[in-house]
Amino acid sequence: MLSLHLKRALQDIRQNRLLNAVTISTIALSILIVSAAFLFFLNTTDMLEAWRRGIRIMVYLESDLDKAQRHAIETRIRKLYGVQAARFIPKETALEQLRAQMQRQSAILDGLDQNPLPDAFEVQMIPTASTWEKAEELARSLEAVAGVSDVEYGQRWVERFVTLFNLFRLTSYAMGGLFFIASVFIVGNTVRLILYSRRQEVEIMRLVGATERFILAPFYFQSMIQGALGGVCGLVALFIMFMLIQSKIQAVSVTGLVNLRFLSPGLLLTVVTASTLVGWLGCHLSLKQYLKV
Amino acid sequence: MSDSNARAAIIRLFHVYRQYHAKNALTDLTLDIYRNEFLFVTGPSGAGKTTLLKLLYRGEKVSEGQVLVDGINISRLPRNRIHLLRRKFGIVFQDYKLIPTRSVYENVALVLEAGGRNARYVRKKTSSVLRTVGMENRLSAYPPALSGGEQQRVAVARAVVGDPTIILADEPTGSLDAKSASLIMGLLKAFHTRGATVVVATHDRALIRSIPARVIYLNEGQIAAAPTI
Repeated sequence: MLSLHLKRALQDIRQNRLLNAVTISTIALSILIVSAAFLFFLNTTDMLEAWRRGIRIMVYLESDLDKAQRHAIETRIRKLYGVQAARFIPKETALEQLRAQMQRQSAILDGLDQNPLPDAFEVQMIPTASTWEKAEELARSLEAVAGVSDVEYGQRWVERFVTLFNLFRLTSYAMGGLFFIASVFIVGNTVRLILYSRRQEVEIMRLVGATERFILAPFYFQSMIQGALGGVCGLVALFIMFMLIQSKIQAVSVTGLVNLRFLSPGLLLTVVTASTLVGWLGCHLSLKQYLKV
Repeated sequence: MSDSNARAAIIRLFHVYRQYHAKNALTDLTLDIYRNEFLFVTGPSGAGKTTLLKLLYRGEKVSEGQVLVDGINISRLPRNRIHLLRRKFGIVFQDYKLIPTRSVYENVALVLEAGGRNARYVRKKTSSVLRTVGMENRLSAYPPALSGGEQQRVAVARAVVGDPTIILADEPTGSLDAKSASLIMGLLKAFHTRGATVVVATHDRALIRSIPARVIYLNEGQIAAAPTI
């Protein structure tokens, strides 16, 4: 019986190719937009989380400090609240690290007469104090230490970004909701149009003793196929876009620090299941209305 | 009505009224149709023949009165049980009511598929019935490509494929030539011989004369004395 309904559903899709193509495309577009927003959140959250976990403050020292002065500075830094560790990075080591990070582009460093980098301390915060507020507070204390020329707290902009990011997240939830409703409505409308074009057939089926379930099952199958296909098409489009963006980022990224990831197989399955359910829901609401008439 | 007749009746109508926009299509109709009976319902156009048939399979509801099929008052039948009633019937419609987007085979097989029969049985039974009505060579043809006579034969095949207890035929030969009409009536007679109750609504007097059977004459929605047929 299941294969019979499935066969009927596929027959209907073939007979109403254009209508079904429009529906599948709309679902695909909705899935693409919502999944793209989700993928953006996923990767941005990853980055924010990585930054939050590893909040580091670089404390650059004035030049010409002797070993005793450096030691005194280190002692003062370690006594500040929120500091877990302070590692001294001589300017030679810093230059080597930079060379390693720049990989093929490191040749430009060969032309330097002298090392332009200062000695520095890399300050690691204790995890429980790893908040942007605490980091900022600590950075201010470090700046006040004698012998410190500069404190780089590179993630200062992150705080502002997080606020913007949260706003964008809320907007995307609303957008996702709207696309969900639109998809349900479009699937429902397709079912209504097909039902209308097949009303004579439905009537004949009722007259020969078919149950409502027997008559309506192919519509559910059809809508679920539309939902699943829409989901798959949307994800394929998203993957192509993702690959393009990733290759662009890799081309311009000097250090290779940006590691983007695509949706996991579990999430992909969830998206396809959700879009299949959108198909089912659109059909169900439409048929519920139809059966009331 | 005697007790023995009451026991043998498969369909009973008690004081049935059917109104359309305050106009009676059937008025105070009381009628028994007996098991394995061949019955003609005749009368002029608009006499209520089609309405009567529709009331039997709950194509329409009575405005007043009761219709009992196999002892069940179908006026009170809930919507989700109507399919069970309709499976007792095989219906040949005046306008055939074949699904144009389905082949001859699919149109007939539909009844068995809807009844939940397995694929093997569906194949065997459908082919057998289509052979009986002489349509075995047009299995994959679509209704629009068939002649009126062929469409009616498919309609008869669909009506009988589920082995119904009652066959209703509404003007089954209305638009057919004499040869096709004779073939269709022969088929209905054959299924009657196998045990089905057959009710044929027609205004064709020649058709009525062709088979010895009880005749109900309807006029303006009421049973009336039949004019000489």
